[in-house]
Amino acid sequence: MAAQQESGGSLSAVLSPEEQAGQDRFNQIIAEDSRIEPRDWMPEAYRKTLTRQMSQHAHSEIIGMQPEANWITRAPSLKRKAILMAKVQDEAGHGLYLYSGTETLGTPRDVLNDQLMTGKAKYSSIFNYPARSWADMGAIGWLVDGAAIANQVPLCRASYGPYGRAMVRICKEESFHQRQGFEILLELAGGTEAQKKMAQDAINRFYAPSLMMFGPPDADSPNSKQSTAWKIKRFSNDELRQRFVGMIAEQVKVLGLTLPDPELRFDEESGTWIHMDLDWEEFKAVIAGNGPCNAQRLQRRNDAHNEGAWVREAAAAYAANMARKTEVA
Amino acid sequence: MSAHDIDHSLDSFGDASASATRVTPGNALRPEDIAIQQEKPTDLVAQYALRLGDDALILAQRLSHWISRGPELEEDIALGNIALDQLGHARSFLTYAGKAWDKTEDDLAYWREEEDFRSLHIVEQPNGDFGVTIMRQLIISIYQHLLYTELLQSSDPTIAAISAKAVKEVDYHRDHAIAWTLRLGMGTEESARRMRHALAVLWPYVGEIFEDEDLHTALGDVAVAPSTLRAAWDEEFASVLADAGLEVPTVPYAMARGRRGEHSEHLGFILAEMQVLARKHPGATW
Repeated sequence: MAAQQESGGSLSAVLSPEEQAGQDRFNQIIAEDSRIEPRDWMPEAYRKTLTRQMSQHAHSEIIGMQPEANWITRAPSLKRKAILMAKVQDEAGHGLYLYSGTETLGTPRDVLNDQLMTGKAKYSSIFNYPARSWADMGAIGWLVDGAAIANQVPLCRASYGPYGRAMVRICKEESFHQRQGFEILLELAGGTEAQKKMAQDAINRFYAPSLMMFGPPDADSPNSKQSTAWKIKRFSNDELRQRFVGMIAEQVKVLGLTLPDPELRFDEESGTWIHMDLDWEEFKAVIAGNGPCNAQRLQRRNDAHNEGAWVREAAAAYAANMARKTEVA
Repeated sequence: MSAHDIDHSLDSFGDASASATRVTPGNALRPEDIAIQQEKPTDLVAQYALRLGDDALILAQRLSHWISRGPELEEDIALGNIALDQLGHARSFLTYAGKAWDKTEDDLAYWREEEDFRSLHIVEQPNGDFGVTIMRQLIISIYQHLLYTELLQSSDPTIAAISAKAVKEVDYHRDHAIAWTLRLGMGTEESARRMRHALAVLWPYVGEIFEDEDLHTALGDVAVAPSTLRAAWDEEFASVLADAGLEVPTVPYAMARGRRGEHSEHLGFILAEMQVLARKHPGATW
């Protein structure tokens, strides 16, 4: 799953001598393309940007479980059911891993979770679209996880150590997810007419939203510059997007299906892939909370959390009791 | 990156006769391995495998609903993991059973009618709150752990091999259920109240688990007569409850005859959901 591409602005303030020394060292680490670790001094804006990006990424994993969990109980074969379960479980693991990574920047998980549940924090807008058919499990794996990988592979080299290392592990699992998605589509594409139609329909619906996962066009992404300077971000949104389009344009041929993009072509002159204009108004509306499933997704997260409150309270009370008993003994 | 890779992955096992050596206790056994085995179970052995498979399948179906709905992320993962293990056991048992009748695991899972399922009523029971799910897990995981431990000695090598894999996983399921029973039983007043409720709701379906059938006698040392597990189960279950400050209920057993295909009203809905897509596309592969 993808972190929404974002970044924060830089703060300009007068630094104390200690802070100046920290800043100098920070600059040096970035210049050497080395890694910032949790205990290193870092500019507040860097911390804030990373906290936002990493937690958004974690939230995307957690909300992203829902459209797929939606099909676990209806998966059309036991093998597919097992693969899908394992995949959704991986996503919970990625979420946990990323929350832990974010905690190293100083914000505890319950605070991050509150930000998600109250709608204060964002997550990848694509999960606000419904997973209506089984073929969507294929399209989500192939296109959504595929776009996520394109976004995330460069993040393995992100300047913040815990983030980069988390991404190495996550990317390995995501590439399995993409493969299984493609395989679902391949099976459908070679199946009955109804299955073929189901596969094409899913691609039609997920194509544009998956391209939007790379974030707004470079011209409308003013914060990208700072993230790039900090070596969190390595490639621009548009650069990653066109690379991804080129990749799926080839892969879709293997499926014998089509991408719903009449303008799609490789431009020899610029050496880049050209795709249709995307509806950024829709993107903004979905981010703002007005997508088809925003309310449903947040409600489900809130319900799970609220219905589990008594369980967490009991576990905490039990742990406290045990600790007291150990003290007495 | 193709379905063919998966098909070809079976090739590496060589011809089917080679698989006989794979089916030994302790060897990680996959449904795909069982599918290419040459030996077919007798009808009676298949009937037995069907019971074990159906319990695991329906339980997996129930548990999988928790994924993305757990009280904390760790439990989404834990319950998902347990569901996945149970599904794995189901796939192996159903694949093996199906060989007797030239059916695949999917034929059995998706194309049988409600009355052809042989699952216990307890696995069909709704998840309820987390406490009910944990109590159901405690009841079943202690039973399955005893059962699979005994089945390691089954004279049927495939049943013994599936059990060898399953017992290790069920051991973890039991640890998980015990840990949560203690936390919830000894946690807060609210959690203890919910656990007492869970016990009262589920206890009526405990009796059926240990009822013997003619098939157990007929199968001899292939199978384990469930009644022989009862004393050990009672002892272990009561001990966990005592540690958790809970008491074994005195409510009577319900008439539950899942082994004869007489199910609760829940199973129809479980199957309707599980089978809907497969049945919309007869003959399709996925």
